[in-house]
Amino acid sequence: MKNILEIKDLFYKVKDKEILKNINLEIEAGQYITFIGPSGSGKSTLMRIIASMITATSGEIIFDGKSLSSYDPTTYRQRVSYAFQQPTLFGKTVKDNLEFPFLVRGEEFDSKKTISALEMVNLDESYIDKSVNDISGGEKQRIALLRNLLFRPEILITDEVTTGLDTENKEIVHKMLTRFNEEENMTVLRVTHDESEIENSAKKITIKDGEIV
Amino acid sequence: MSNNLTVSNTTLVWGFGLVLVALVIGYREKLGINKDILIGVARAIVQLSIVGYILKFVIKTDDNWLTMACFVIIVINASWNAGKRGNGIPKAFRNSLLAISVGTVVTLGTLVWTGSIKFVPEQIVPVTGMIASNIMVAIGLCYRNMLQTFTDREQQVLEKLALGADIKLASIDILRDSIKSGMQPTIDSIKTLGLVSLPGMMSGLIFAGVDPVKAIKYQIMVTFMLLASTGLGSIISCYLGYREFYNQQKQLNSELLK
Repeated sequence: MKNILEIKDLFYKVKDKEILKNINLEIEAGQYITFIGPSGSGKSTLMRIIASMITATSGEIIFDGKSLSSYDPTTYRQRVSYAFQQPTLFGKTVKDNLEFPFLVRGEEFDSKKTISALEMVNLDESYIDKSVNDISGGEKQRIALLRNLLFRPEILITDEVTTGLDTENKEIVHKMLTRFNEEENMTVLRVTHDESEIENSAKKITIKDGEIV
Repeated sequence: MSNNLTVSNTTLVWGFGLVLVALVIGYREKLGINKDILIGVARAIVQLSIVGYILKFVIKTDDNWLTMACFVIIVINASWNAGKRGNGIPKAFRNSLLAISVGTVVTLGTLVWTGSIKFVPEQIVPVTGMIASNIMVAIGLCYRNMLQTFTDREQQVLEKLALGADIKLASIDILRDSIKSGMQPTIDSIKTLGLVSLPGMMSGLIFAGVDPVKAIKYQIMVTFMLLASTGLGSIISCYLGYREFYNQQKQLNSELLK
């Protein structure tokens, strides 16, 4: 299997403090990797660097055979999508949110595609016109994830997206990600502190004090 | 026309009594603003006296180059002050200069071209001052709103960027709100024109003995002028300003928001 992502000698410093030290990683397409480690160890920073939300102080990231710096950031982020722990929903309705990925790509809103995406996360068609103020925390996270997944990214990064969700919502999110990973070969990089998620992970990478251990 | 204008140095001295009212209020209520009041009053007297003599000279000389020089000085000064209100936004002076220059040139040019005003110093200089100061205030409001909304909506902007949005799409709501905040005071004041206030230009003409019906025509022209100029100034400064919140990699410059 070819490497979809390679990280070489990556460092990240804020002022004089080293947040990440000498990170080297090779990730194959279709892998589902769980990043674990204590809070403040640098997991989220690494994910944000991979998602091109911040730039490493030194080192290189190779995505699909080319250096990250050679990509237009917006094109890259459509292929390597980052999902936040506590997302905010945009605008007034659920539609405003699910329309956004189409807007980003300059495409017309496709309601059929959107409805089938909603069904994947156990939400029906009626949700499209619902106000963002009328949905629960779990539904909010599922809708936010759909924004990342409506157009399948090659890599999905989830940064503690199940934190604060109940068991049912966690299960829905887990099933959806597993399905995309297994059926569509989508690479998933997951940061989590959840014991059961860590236990069920096939591949784990531990980060401690900014280093892979 | 000027027979009605009876302000003399003596009446000004008596008028200074009104400043004492403000000083007494400041003193009794322990507001700690008396020093500011005195500095403000002294600056107003000195600045206006100097400007009065300069304008007298410029109007008497009636030289196009001198008029243009006044125009440039006003625009640069307004841009400098608008830039200071940028509160750390990079290139705020440069962007304000462009916004105020374009806004003033387009509006003033239209007024001269349509014959609403003549290219003579006694008309060009005060009208330039009115336009530039209004754009300056509008830009200040735009910058303040932009900094505040980028701070308030930082998470939302980050999420939009993470979804692959270009910086314009990620900031479009902030841009619209900021442009609106720059134009809103002008729009609000237009609605109450004549009902609440008789604005400066119109009051000045009426003071000088001009027929009020004729004076309102000038005020209507000023209203159109201010709408266009604050609109132009707000839109240019916001469209140039929002880019400064991002770096080359289209990442949000969070340092600017702290």
